[in-house]
Amino acid sequence: MTKNIMIVGVGGQGSLLASKLLGRLLVDEGYDVKVSEVHGMSQRGGSVVTYVRFGDKVYSPVIENGEADFIVSFEKIEAARYVQNLKEDGTIIVNTQQIDPMPVIIGAATYPEDIISEMKDKGIHVDDIDALALANEAGSSKACNIVLMGRLAKYFDMPKEKWLAAIEKIVKPQFVEINKKAFDLGYNC
Amino acid sequence: MKELMIGNKAIARGLYEAGCAVISSYPGTPSTEITEFFSKYDDVYCEWAPNEKVAMEAAFGAALRGKRSACCMKHVGLNVAADPLFTMSYTGVNAGIVICVADDPGMHSSQNEQDSRHYAIAAKVPMLEPSDSQEALNFAKLAYEISEEYDTPVFLKMCTRVAHSQSIAELGERKEVTKEYSKNPQKYIMAPANAIRRHPFVEERTKKLTEYAETSPLNRIEDGDGNRDFGIITSSTSYQYVKETFGDSVSVLKLGMINPLPVKLIQDFAAKVGKVYVIEELDPIIETHCKNIGVEVIGKDKFSILGEFSQKSIEQAFDLADKTVFRLDTDIPVRPPMMCSGCPHRGIFYVLSKNKITVLGDIGCYTLGSAAPLNALDMTLCMGASVSGLHGYNKAGGAETESKTVCVIGDSTFMHSGITGLVNIAYNGSNSTVIILDNSITGMTGHQQNPTTGYNIKGDPAGKVNLEALCHSIGINSVRVVDPYNLEECEKVLKEELAKNEPSVIISRRPCVLLKYVKPKKPLWVNPEKCRGCKKCMKFGCPSISFRDGHAVVDTTLCVGCGVCAQLCPFDAFESEVPCND
Repeated sequence: MTKNIMIVGVGGQGSLLASKLLGRLLVDEGYDVKVSEVHGMSQRGGSVVTYVRFGDKVYSPVIENGEADFIVSFEKIEAARYVQNLKEDGTIIVNTQQIDPMPVIIGAATYPEDIISEMKDKGIHVDDIDALALANEAGSSKACNIVLMGRLAKYFDMPKEKWLAAIEKIVKPQFVEINKKAFDLGYNC
Repeated sequence: MKELMIGNKAIARGLYEAGCAVISSYPGTPSTEITEFFSKYDDVYCEWAPNEKVAMEAAFGAALRGKRSACCMKHVGLNVAADPLFTMSYTGVNAGIVICVADDPGMHSSQNEQDSRHYAIAAKVPMLEPSDSQEALNFAKLAYEISEEYDTPVFLKMCTRVAHSQSIAELGERKEVTKEYSKNPQKYIMAPANAIRRHPFVEERTKKLTEYAETSPLNRIEDGDGNRDFGIITSSTSYQYVKETFGDSVSVLKLGMINPLPVKLIQDFAAKVGKVYVIEELDPIIETHCKNIGVEVIGKDKFSILGEFSQKSIEQAFDLADKTVFRLDTDIPVRPPMMCSGCPHRGIFYVLSKNKITVLGDIGCYTLGSAAPLNALDMTLCMGASVSGLHGYNKAGGAETESKTVCVIGDSTFMHSGITGLVNIAYNGSNSTVIILDNSITGMTGHQQNPTTGYNIKGDPAGKVNLEALCHSIGINSVRVVDPYNLEECEKVLKEELAKNEPSVIISRRPCVLLKYVKPKKPLWVNPEKCRGCKKCMKFGCPSISFRDGHAVVDTTLCVGCGVCAQLCPFDAFESEVPCND
């Protein structure tokens, strides 16, 4: 059975490292894995999405509406933008950080502040955390991505040590400690 | 060894294992990473050429000398390289040549959605089309065998989803291949007398390649579990969507060689099943071929000619059950890409927008100058078209347009195909003002070096084109350099150059803010006691500045302290020392 994880956020937020961590972990576990993301223009502060799929045999590299077991969103309204991809019994992990898109900045649109409540009211399983605060606690605002991966790991039937081992493999030595701390904060909150 | 890798890295690996010794390319999404990964191998030569035509000709020269070579480009890059391509089909090769071309269905990062398979047919060059990273690696190696056996360049055609999706690939060992060079004018000098003799060879080659396509392992039939109601002919990423939807329950003819297409294989497949569907992204290439050989198929009547497919496209076409989908009532504001905080392009666009200048644009990050609130661009067509287009615009508009129209083109794009347009301006004398946005890198494709940066693909010091000297030597007398962080200077120089009765070049020079050596300054903050909420700074479109509770606010995690906003504020509300929270 193929499992589907989506990582969504704003270009430049570090979703690349999160998908690299997942890819490494899942390959080491012996799964067939596909990871798909789009490079180029959309990376310039635009809305970005990465698809991670794993199982015995994975064909399509993309995740469609109603297919994601997990969505990890690095930003509040990006969660809302992609919630249509979530399975009925799926979980969406949301970093409560707000990053205004250009239409909001120039006053052409308003930022829907209460979007998490709306998602919860619709019966969507939302797991919202202030990953930015936890990342700062770990020692760097850039570790938000690993805080969220720590949170995702809670839902996986896989020993925490395997995740930490994968972090050691993909992160530069000088950042391993900060990222392990960030992972723990996400995992334990 | 097995590795999870994007299709582009798998191609680089396959080319390497096949003994490819020289790659020359021009970056373009989604093809760029092939060349970038290849450049990391030590025992090969790899370069960024100024454009795709130069790259393909360099690859041709390397193969002529006896080394397996390749060039990589995006779909529109192949338009630029089409000139050598069509005649390389005639000359054939000495050592093998692989041309990697990456299409962008859905236009994630492109100005059109053209289908490169037309080129393979038009130039009579074989084309292979992998559907995941393992195939990308294997096909790259096989492409060289075909190239040398059939004496032809070979296309390896990617699309965004294969190029940028990671899947597992098994790596092998590199082998070295060298061919002797011997002079052969009949084959390599394509003057009419020789070309006339080569054309029949090309036609004969296509026949032989068609025979190869009938039995090649590149094309395979996957028998469905006894289901003969219908069968599907497909290729590339569409194959993955078909398998995702149907698993092994339908019969599939999976085509890995897209030109030339087999005849008997398709006819035999069609005879075994009921209806035949052709599922291919973009144009009906396979569908048209099937119809031409008398096989009735359903293709574009049911599957769109537009954009990318997914498993959803297949499910919808076959009326399979819809999945439950959460819908929210609130409208979610769009988040289009935009110029970064501190982007040097923003300053010059602000000045152009403020002065209501007509701006002919080009291909690069600065296409984002077209977005609100700057709305600074009037046209974007293709690489280099800003410069040549401006000349035509001013020839048609005369003095009326010359004083209020400019073009903008990046340093890399100017090297690619802006120079010849500037030659035309100088030679045929239009009073045009060309702005070169020199941010010292090829930005949009992810920071590749180019002939103006002084470094090569490996980051080692290299030749450096002096833009000022180049423009002077072309015959432009008035060449000015401005700092786009200095709005006053930019506006003054712009007005002076537009007023001149001669062609001029303004070089707006400041390195891309994302370059590692560009160190951000301390972020600014808005002193709420000084800010009167006039929103002048909001016209600048900086993603670091937003408006909350009647005041401008700076996001200090994004701001790089460029200070341009401070030049716009009539009340000096932007200050460089953020007060301590305690």
